Amino acid sequence: MSRALIVHRAGPGVTVQDIGRPGYLAFGLSRGGAADRLALWEGAALLNQPETCAALELAGMGGTFEAREDMRIALTGAPMRATLDGSPLVWNASHTLPAGSKLEVGAAERGSYGYLHLGGGIATPEQLGSRAAHLAARIGAALAEGTQLPVGADTRTDTGLTLDPLPRFDGGTVRLVPSLQTDVFAQAEITRFEATTFRRDTRGNRMGVRLLPDGEGFGTDAGLNILSEVIVPGDVQVTGDGTPFVLLSECQTTGGYPRIGSVLPADLPRVAQARPGAELCFQFVTLDEAVEIERREVERRRALRKATRPLIRDPHDMSDLLSYRLVDGVIAGDEDN
Amino acid sequence: MNDAQDQNWPQIRTAGYDGFLVSFADRLSEQANRAALAFRDAVEHAGWEAVRESSTSLVSTYLRFDPLRRSHAEMRADLEALAHAQNWFAADLPTGRRLWHVPTVFGGDHGPQMAEAASAAGLTEAEAIEELSRTQVRVQTIGFAPGMPYLGALSEAWDIPRLTKLTAEVPAAGLCVAIRQLVLFPVATPTGWRHIGQTRFRLFRPGDETPFVLRPGDEVLFYAVTPEELARYDDDPDGGATSEVIA
Repeated sequence: MSRALIVHRAGPGVTVQDIGRPGYLAFGLSRGGAADRLALWEGAALLNQPETCAALELAGMGGTFEAREDMRIALTGAPMRATLDGSPLVWNASHTLPAGSKLEVGAAERGSYGYLHLGGGIATPEQLGSRAAHLAARIGAALAEGTQLPVGADTRTDTGLTLDPLPRFDGGTVRLVPSLQTDVFAQAEITRFEATTFRRDTRGNRMGVRLLPDGEGFGTDAGLNILSEVIVPGDVQVTGDGTPFVLLSECQTTGGYPRIGSVLPADLPRVAQARPGAELCFQFVTLDEAVEIERREVERRRALRKATRPLIRDPHDMSDLLSYRLVDGVIAGDEDN
Repeated sequence: MNDAQDQNWPQIRTAGYDGFLVSFADRLSEQANRAALAFRDAVEHAGWEAVRESSTSLVSTYLRFDPLRRSHAEMRADLEALAHAQNWFAADLPTGRRLWHVPTVFGGDHGPQMAEAASAAGLTEAEAIEELSRTQVRVQTIGFAPGMPYLGALSEAWDIPRLTKLTAEVPAAGLCVAIRQLVLFPVATPTGWRHIGQTRFRLFRPGDETPFVLRPGDEVLFYAVTPEELARYDDDPDGGATSEVIA
């Protein structure tokens, strides 16, 4: 296994993730996969490879990595401070990781989940059609120090691309559709739900995040008498104490708590990336509106490859330069090699 | 037979952005459970291009589809046509069903809430264990966690509520009871169901050819053994369970 990534040090939530394993819902296994699926598309665009390639998901904290051969890498999702042998690396960009060099990735500066993509993708064995760790199902596990991850063959050598990520790291408004149990909530409760500002609680993981309302919790008379029904990622479940949980990729597959609505797939990365304390609001849209939003999102993801651009420091790019934090030296100037 | 068969059922609702739920009742009945299983089978065999996956819950069939390939209105029309194609409540149970005999230690350290559950059911602990040990229950659905069965129905006496305060952790392969159902947990989990017994039956085996052992429609008999006997099965993924095809 010469083509491998060595994990010298890893935060407690570093896992291999891909787009998950659909098809096992009937057996009680949720799809799982990256908490922020959009990041997989962004990484794929930066490395010019399929979005099905497995990457490392860095929950809140990165680690120290070393390549045994020269590799292309891309960094996406929650921005984290990254250095290559001590020189700063631009986030949301692709770079070369030369054999023997040390890649250090620190804590998330905004958002929750950062991603480290590798040219050729991580090549660990698949289980049930996917390489993704599903912690709730005990498939795979968080990576231990000293792990050597096999990496697939890469036919390309181009790096030094960047893109503007869809903003999603600071909470905000997420759109949801009514779902099968929305009508067990009185209209007044639904109206109040839409008018409420929530804060992302410290309780949250790949299964879901808890949201604290700025006022009272939400209730329904039918709450405790509902038969357990199917749960899908995005569902907003209102638990016994009136606190909503938004369910994410590793959620349970059925549940008895009523669901007030279901967050659109396009907006779920915003929920997953919200860090404890971030403010979130909800806005109901119709199914027809949801279809249009998803159609535009699919088109946007398809166009991501064309939306990449070289990491150049051109004077007319002044606003971008500021976002690169040129002033504090994050641009080292040698990313293009 | 019952009100579940009146013209109000099945009901078709959307589930999230890209799903439909076809429900055959609003409470658990054997007819509705069979109808949901048979309807899902029909959805799988229909070969609809936009459908991505399907599953069943206790009384419903769920399907996920791609709304960019087929509109919600078209998908709903497909489901309505299929729903009216036959009387789903009269459908047979799936074929290839198995009966599993699963060694179980009831009560004591292996089922710390057995006494409390028996009392809620109006039985002595000995009576409760004796009854559970000879009651063949059916897998009504697999859900919540990978390979996890909901089994029933137990006698009316077992219509006991879930606890409002969660038990911090029931171990993997723990047997729990509430609302005339048994559940067996594939992994250690917090729960409001009362923990009454322990098996060594591994429900989810991700590396195996058959990763999910039980299927909806299978029947299970949890028979009482001593802790010493159960300990003999510690290294057996089946935990001493045996099975035979019944239909």
